[in-house]
Amino acid sequence: MIDLTRLHAHEMARLLRHGDVTARELTEAHLALAERQNRALNAWLTIDRDRALAEADAADARLAAARAEGARAVDALHPILGIPIALKDLVSVAGGKATAGSRILDGYRAPYDAHITERLRDAGAVILGKTNMDEFAMGSSTEHSAYGPTANPWALDRVPGGSSGGSAAAVAAFHAPVSIGTDTGGSIRQPAALCGIVGLKPTYGRVSRYGIVAFASSLDQIGPFARNARDAAALLHAVAGRDERDSTSAPVSVPDELLSLPAADDEAAGWLRGKRLGLPREYFVAGMEPQVEHRVRAAVAALEAAGARVDEVSLPHTDYGLATYYIVAPAEASANLARYDGIRYGPRLGNGTVLENYLATRGRGFGPEVKRRIMLGTYALSAGYYDAYYLKAQKVRTLIKQDFDRLWLEGFDALVAPTSPTVAFPFGAKMADPVSMYLSDACTLPVNMAGLPGISVPCGLADGLPVGLQFIGAAWSELELFHLSRAYEAITAGADWRGLEPADLARADDPGTPTPAERAGVLSAS
Amino acid sequence: MTAVRAAPPTGVPASVLERYEPVIGIEVHCQLRTASKMFCGCSTDYDGAPPNTHTCPVCLGLPGALPTINRLAVEHVLTTGLAIDATIAATTRWERKNYFYPDLPKGYQISQYAIPLAAAGRLTFGTSGGDVTVGITRAHLEEDTAKLVHATTPDGRKVSLVDFNRSGAPLMEIVTEPDVRSAEAARRYAEELQLLLRAIGVSNADMERGQMRVEANVSLRPRGTEAFGTRVEVKNMNSFRSVERAVNFEIERQAAALDAGQPLVQETRGWDDGRGSTYQMRLKETSEDYRYFPEPDLPPLKVDAVWLDEVRARLAELPTARRSRYTSELGLSAYDAAVIVADPAMSAAFSAVLASDPSLPPKEVANLVAGDYGRAAKEIQERTPDGLVGRSSAAELAELLRRVAAGELSRANAKEVLGEHVRSGEAVSGIVAARGFRQISDASALSDVVDEVLAANPAAVGDYRAGKPQAVGFLVGQVMKATRGQANAGVVQAALRERLDRPAGDA
Repeated sequence: MIDLTRLHAHEMARLLRHGDVTARELTEAHLALAERQNRALNAWLTIDRDRALAEADAADARLAAARAEGARAVDALHPILGIPIALKDLVSVAGGKATAGSRILDGYRAPYDAHITERLRDAGAVILGKTNMDEFAMGSSTEHSAYGPTANPWALDRVPGGSSGGSAAAVAAFHAPVSIGTDTGGSIRQPAALCGIVGLKPTYGRVSRYGIVAFASSLDQIGPFARNARDAAALLHAVAGRDERDSTSAPVSVPDELLSLPAADDEAAGWLRGKRLGLPREYFVAGMEPQVEHRVRAAVAALEAAGARVDEVSLPHTDYGLATYYIVAPAEASANLARYDGIRYGPRLGNGTVLENYLATRGRGFGPEVKRRIMLGTYALSAGYYDAYYLKAQKVRTLIKQDFDRLWLEGFDALVAPTSPTVAFPFGAKMADPVSMYLSDACTLPVNMAGLPGISVPCGLADGLPVGLQFIGAAWSELELFHLSRAYEAITAGADWRGLEPADLARADDPGTPTPAERAGVLSAS
Repeated sequence: MTAVRAAPPTGVPASVLERYEPVIGIEVHCQLRTASKMFCGCSTDYDGAPPNTHTCPVCLGLPGALPTINRLAVEHVLTTGLAIDATIAATTRWERKNYFYPDLPKGYQISQYAIPLAAAGRLTFGTSGGDVTVGITRAHLEEDTAKLVHATTPDGRKVSLVDFNRSGAPLMEIVTEPDVRSAEAARRYAEELQLLLRAIGVSNADMERGQMRVEANVSLRPRGTEAFGTRVEVKNMNSFRSVERAVNFEIERQAAALDAGQPLVQETRGWDDGRGSTYQMRLKETSEDYRYFPEPDLPPLKVDAVWLDEVRARLAELPTARRSRYTSELGLSAYDAAVIVADPAMSAAFSAVLASDPSLPPKEVANLVAGDYGRAAKEIQERTPDGLVGRSSAAELAELLRRVAAGELSRANAKEVLGEHVRSGEAVSGIVAARGFRQISDASALSDVVDEVLAANPAAVGDYRAGKPQAVGFLVGQVMKATRGQANAGVVQAALRERLDRPAGDA
């Protein structure tokens, strides 16, 4: 009997269509694993067994109806039909919790579906539950969750990255074949790298943000995690496209070719021939771990060997990415988070004047990182500082964007770069020093500032921990990025690290294993 | 510099105005007439609805909700901008105005700051001291707040309740230059603006229902000086009369303080209509920092020439243009033109009657519309789809005027027929027939009645002959009464005079 959790989503889809497996069986298998291991991993904030099984049965009914109707009806089903999925806990699902990793949304239940939730329902995905995250997506380790950190399946005393750490860990640990994250400065790509899976941040405007708890409106994008390029592409296809309710979502068509990436390695690898890739020298930042750089350079060499032409290029304003990001994102966040005042939802603390209640509710409802960013943003927008900070940062943002635009004009098909300067770090390693934490996103956040798509794919291990390779493309070039990622998978199909499962999964199975919070507590106490 | 020649406002002693010049700027917020709210699909038809029944994730500020622009609301501001001769921004943008208050669900209001949709306009209106033109700094679009209700629970606890029905309703803010120089001009500006907003169909602008909220920034400066004095913002004026009274009160209050050598403080004051005075609401020691920044959830809005031309093509005739057309083309007096244009029902009836029978003398139509018809307009709330009073129709009103002109219907009877027609919508011919109205213009037919009235009123006859010619009016009235109003008043008067002016003893 095969272990259903070890299948790729596209394999599950084929078995579902042939009637070799039911969505209920797939759902049961994934729920059982998630429920068993969540104590050790804390990837999930909510596992909704009843809802998931009901959705699985609905998917089975749709499959049965389509099979009865004929081959064409079966072909018309979305490949995500019946596939278990995890959603980051900032996606609204009607009737369900959406904490965004914060105490201030404790007890809040969304009365409506996010646009992507509607799209996933239409496609027939089975939502298993909601995953852990840094509070309001502010962080790179998931340690800033009010509900305790998530452990990395590769090493339980290390972080999974963040802010979408729960969604990344759940997929890496086989709790779901695919999941949804959001990426404001690297929050999909960096945890994908640290957990050894695929994660895409789409072009800004590709996926509607309606119903997604906002962090920084001009940077937030929603994207897929998967264990391979084809599954991630199929999930993007299910959720992408214009939504009238998000004025920043773009009326750009979503290519159906996302559903037909080559299955055969030979065909997939052929995509690389004649491709022109840029290798931005600024992305090999100071502080990059030598093993990470070594892995990335080896991957670049493999791409060249397979027929791609790689040239070193320069993105001269990269150095300003971090500084400007930490003006723009907190500024927007300071306004976006003003609605959490305890008046309409969430805990209302204090029992005095309106001001006292605000101070108590927000003072105790938000964690230290969120408060830090609200203060940063409020300061940057204050009278007398606006021009020097916010306005200046927006101008630099234009320069960062122009750096990329110039390369597309020069004919580059995509850029190839490291995703994260380091592998997964131990709990507590960067909690005392916010700037060192912020540097985790040095290679990813310029892509958000420019609004471009970026994808992280696994490219090997460094001391047993995953390393991510990032492809960055021009706006709306997600299909190109998936082809490159699929090609890279094909040319490394025989690599020794390819078939390896996360090393600590066996320990995650052990009910005696400490929780990540306990683990983190021990580490920070020592 | 705009010419502002205001007559001395009532209530402020001339001695004050000899020494101080009032400097007044006016901010008006008006709710725009749209079916849905500014940034969501919720209905704006929430007047009288139970609290929190016209809400959705967007206007409740729920996590993840995003705004979308109401195009009609934008067009209303464009229309207003064109009507006040303002410059329309080719590209405008939305900004977040950040502050915390329980009636503001997102913790920021989506508004316009750096680039309003319309800027540098003007509005001209008449005052007792002549026409005044006030510069309009800007007109921009924003969203309304929720409504706070302060209540006491049955067990005596004081609570504040929030009704989000109004939250997110489209609001236009119109700000003038500090060009207004008197309380009367302040009131007249507000009246003319209301008229304009109604004429162009962008707002019902009902002050009592909060659809038009007027705030005045009032300061005084010694006559002959340029520098502005300390400014006080006056709020809570919910009628035109209270605008004038509140501004007058502020002028006097500030003058008294300045005379007494007391410094004024920058503050917001509320108008208490019952007491006829203003009271301090809050001090404005420091200007609030709203941390405006461009709204990242909404792209900048481009207003291209094609769109603007469409809006311009739909722009209704403006009150100023209409008044001037009525006087110059139709020969109405400035007074009649102003009265008719100021009232949408009269205005609608005037144009419709003339359109239905262009041969009618405009002056006659104006008299009807501004007279008895205008009075009916004040009593009857019901309006026909084309804005006429009650159930009246333009064709029937024209018929009424034709019968009067033809001498078939006395003016007294015409008034009754008009009343009946407006109420029931019945045809003039039917009403006249049913009531048996026929004007008696034949002097011989009236002769007996005239003789009877003269015989029955010797005192009036005596007065007339003693040199009080106005006594004839009373006698005319008696004849009209005796004929149930059917007598031709002109013929009656001539007959009476003829008898009365005969040498005494002949009657």
